[in-house]
Amino acid sequence: MKFKSILAGVALAITAATGSLAEKTKVGFVYVGPVTDFGWTYEHDQGRKAVEAAFGDKVETFYVESVPEGPDSERVMTDMALKGADLIFTTSFGYMDPTINVAAKFPNVKFEHATGYKQADNVSVYSARFYEGRAVQGHIAGHMTKSNIVGYIGSFPIPEVIRGINSAYIHAKDVNPDVQFKIIWAYTWFDPTKEADAAKVLIEQGADVVLQHTDSTAPQAAAQAAGNVITFGQASDMAEYGPKPRVSSIIDNWGPYYVARTQAVMDGTWASTSTWDGIGAGMVGIGEITSAVPTDVKASAEALLSRLRDGSYHAFTGPVNKQDGSAWLARGETADDGTLAGMGFYVEGIDSEMPN
Amino acid sequence: MDLSAINPTLLVASLMVASTPILLAAIGELVVEKSGILNLGVEGMMIIGAICGFAAAVVTGSPMVGFLCAAIGGAAVSVIFAVLTQYFLSNQVASGLALTLFGLGLSAMIGQSYVGIKPPTTYKLDLPLISDVPILGPILFSHDFTVYAALVLVLGVWWFLKYTRGGLILRAVGESHDAAHALGYKVVRVRFMAIMFGGACAGLGGAALSLVRVPQWTEGMTAGSGWIALAIVVFASWKPERVLLGAYLFGGVAILQLNLQAAGVSIPVEYLSMSPYLITIVVLVAMSANRAKSALNAPAALGRVFHASR
Amino acid sequence: MLRLEKRPSPSQTWAYLAPVLAVIATMIGGGVMFALLGKDPFEAIRIIFYDPLFSEFAWYYRPQLLIKGAPLVLIAIGLSMGFRAGIWNIGAEGQYIIGALFGAGFALALYPTESPFIFPSMILLGALGGFLWAMIPALLKTKFGTNEILVSLMLVYVAEQLLASMSLGLMKNPEGFGFPGSRNLQQYDSAHNAEIWVGSGVHMGVVFALMAVIFAYVLLARHQLGFHIRLTGESPKAARFAGINPNRLIIFCLGSSGALAGLAGMFEIAGPSGQVNIAFNSGYGFTAIIVAFLGRLNPLGIMLAGLLMALTYIGGEIAQSSLGLPAAAIQAFQGMLLFFLLAVDLLTNFKIKWAKAEVTL
Repeated sequence: MKFKSILAGVALAITAATGSLAEKTKVGFVYVGPVTDFGWTYEHDQGRKAVEAAFGDKVETFYVESVPEGPDSERVMTDMALKGADLIFTTSFGYMDPTINVAAKFPNVKFEHATGYKQADNVSVYSARFYEGRAVQGHIAGHMTKSNIVGYIGSFPIPEVIRGINSAYIHAKDVNPDVQFKIIWAYTWFDPTKEADAAKVLIEQGADVVLQHTDSTAPQAAAQAAGNVITFGQASDMAEYGPKPRVSSIIDNWGPYYVARTQAVMDGTWASTSTWDGIGAGMVGIGEITSAVPTDVKASAEALLSRLRDGSYHAFTGPVNKQDGSAWLARGETADDGTLAGMGFYVEGIDSEMPN
Repeated sequence: MDLSAINPTLLVASLMVASTPILLAAIGELVVEKSGILNLGVEGMMIIGAICGFAAAVVTGSPMVGFLCAAIGGAAVSVIFAVLTQYFLSNQVASGLALTLFGLGLSAMIGQSYVGIKPPTTYKLDLPLISDVPILGPILFSHDFTVYAALVLVLGVWWFLKYTRGGLILRAVGESHDAAHALGYKVVRVRFMAIMFGGACAGLGGAALSLVRVPQWTEGMTAGSGWIALAIVVFASWKPERVLLGAYLFGGVAILQLNLQAAGVSIPVEYLSMSPYLITIVVLVAMSANRAKSALNAPAALGRVFHASR
Repeated sequence: MLRLEKRPSPSQTWAYLAPVLAVIATMIGGGVMFALLGKDPFEAIRIIFYDPLFSEFAWYYRPQLLIKGAPLVLIAIGLSMGFRAGIWNIGAEGQYIIGALFGAGFALALYPTESPFIFPSMILLGALGGFLWAMIPALLKTKFGTNEILVSLMLVYVAEQLLASMSLGLMKNPEGFGFPGSRNLQQYDSAHNAEIWVGSGVHMGVVFALMAVIFAYVLLARHQLGFHIRLTGESPKAARFAGINPNRLIIFCLGSSGALAGLAGMFEIAGPSGQVNIAFNSGYGFTAIIVAFLGRLNPLGIMLAGLLMALTYIGGEIAQSSLGLPAAAIQAFQGMLLFFLLAVDLLTNFKIKWAKAEVTL
């Protein structure tokens, strides 16, 4: 308790001091990878730059990259809080418990934890509905595949990734009943070598569309080398691989959210929230659909996109059965967020076993 | 489950490509260890090679210049290790680990402006007719040149160690540096050159990753390949021809695992991934249980410090 | 030309001066590197070496030095005894993981039972796990003469795969929404390796590290076993004539270093880390090898070396957030420090003399 009160006291003193000296709001970012990864961490850093661009002299941002999940991240967060950060974004699921621990010691500092589920008075959580983007990808994939085999590189069998696979499969099957998914779990978020190998194996086994839920551009390069294979950018636009193999992409667009939350801290209106935004709110961006996609497919994909954007269509709309054939969603029924958040099953038709 | 989706020919062809970086690094480390030096810095030298090769290839537009610079870069950082262990008589284990740490950091700094760039394409063998022969075509005649270079290098090292005077001296130095010294061989000079050769090979291996197998540059992209190369040397019981087998085993398990997954076979990935390491241990035990034979292979002076006191 | 001449016994003066020289050389080399990156070298060096100890927030950083340094010291002490005897355990990383899995596995199996016996049992199991994992290379060496460097290294990768399998399967948190990783032991009172005085950084692992330093010091300086270890390392032949059983020494050295590494892993997973997770092991087992050598295989030296390593980690993080230095620069800086420390070690054991040209190195 003593430690906590010292910390709180220091934090108070600093806020008071900085408050009287200048109006600068300090925003810290904790990254799990290097800012140069051109994927997950890169996009968070773009969000940081958006905050700097939006507020100019009124903010000061700082970051620490490649912070291992665990005690090191806890120290980095504490260090930022001690230095007078008003708002700290912790951008990896594994930072969940450390964020809660540090937040308890600094009640005056606001924390924003990405992709987690634990909230506190000064801890908000935020995540993106990437599965909405997967619906568009599945739609294009189903139309474009000639071999009817779609390869999918998964990172870890967790709900977020499983949602993506299901969403892509449902919308591929919608337009192409013969489509088949081949799934490889890479057990990594970012390992170019492994991702390249996985993509090559999928292509060798007949896939002419490769979807990826890992963050490097290695599968794009593998697809390019193979020739007649299309891919989609993940996390970043990966536009340098367009117009083919990369025919579209899912872009993590954190900028608007980061700017809004910083503004809330400045205005004193920040409150603990749980945000799960999708295409509509602009957190999930869909990269340009390139000329390699036939115009009619592009048009129908964009129609789907706009229905997802305005909310008139939910990516998980019944009838949908689970893989074992049991009913999940009745006709017209849409999935609730609770089921989606903990999704641990494939939908009917996916011919692959879930690990563990 | 659909095992028929796995095409054995393509499986073999792609495991050859996947094994090339570790094969290159391992054959270099084999020469180093044959001279009696244990360099645990393979990972560090590989990643320096990966970025040097990538940067040079991007700047000049020529993959060949890239590979040349990769070899030079790998050899250059290995000089740090060589100076420390040969002149400053530092412990090899600690120096090697420090080299890995340093290499990972330095490569990431050099590489900051090379992220997200596509390298020039490396020349790939494509002979009319021959490359299209079923089975043999994809396996033997349709690779990029690193695959062939690695095989030639293995052959060269085998020949060098077995049939040349230089190879004999190298092995003598690795067996007993004191005896070799007494015979008038320059122990330090031989080892220095062996270490640089190992560095150059590791550098080439790194470039095979960043220019061919992936191909792109990212921080820490070797992701443990250097350590696998060390395991392969042991697996091979310090014999060049077995290094080839070891590299294909380690590379093969990685590729087979992905193939089985894609074919819908539910496999415990972790247990399959640990199997090459367990096999290596079994090989080690079998080898050391058979002492008479193993004495011919494992360099007796491996890891010991040499100081000529006269 | 320069010539090396082995000193009859290591120089006491240089044993103390050499590390200082190395740190100064690193500051110069690192400063040049930071300047090339466009940062103020003096400020960077000050932040890395001075701020964690004496800045405004040093009251927070100092305990963190203990938390970061304790596992390094605990593992390095164990390794150093083997290294002295010429027994090379470089697989401490694997023993660290297995110790953690044993301890955490036991606690997770009992969750949510609260009992004062849980944590002590975890300590025993952590040590046992590391011990058993180290017994694999030990027994293979004594039975078949298999090289322990290579077996212990291979077992690191096997342990890493086991860790991955556990965090994705058996030990996964059933309430974790399918994410990899176990329950957090910090939230399980009976299993939590909490700080003994809140805010001091002192948890049981720190206490054990200190005890290990004292124990190793006494063992090496006063006990017969310590004499055997030193003798075997300095002259294996003499040791055999003295009737020392090399197999017993192998079992002792590998076993004790494995047990200490296992303990370090257990304290880490039950305390600062909290979770069985794929990324749980962050290289302590390998860094500890470097720490053991930096400390010149001397218990007190290892303690200082462990704290110095911890200082560069923590100072490096501060430099990242306040100067915007890339993480890679810190890594290269640490590598540089190690190179210099290893190089100056020469001065302790050798004299450098000017000699006539025909005698070359």
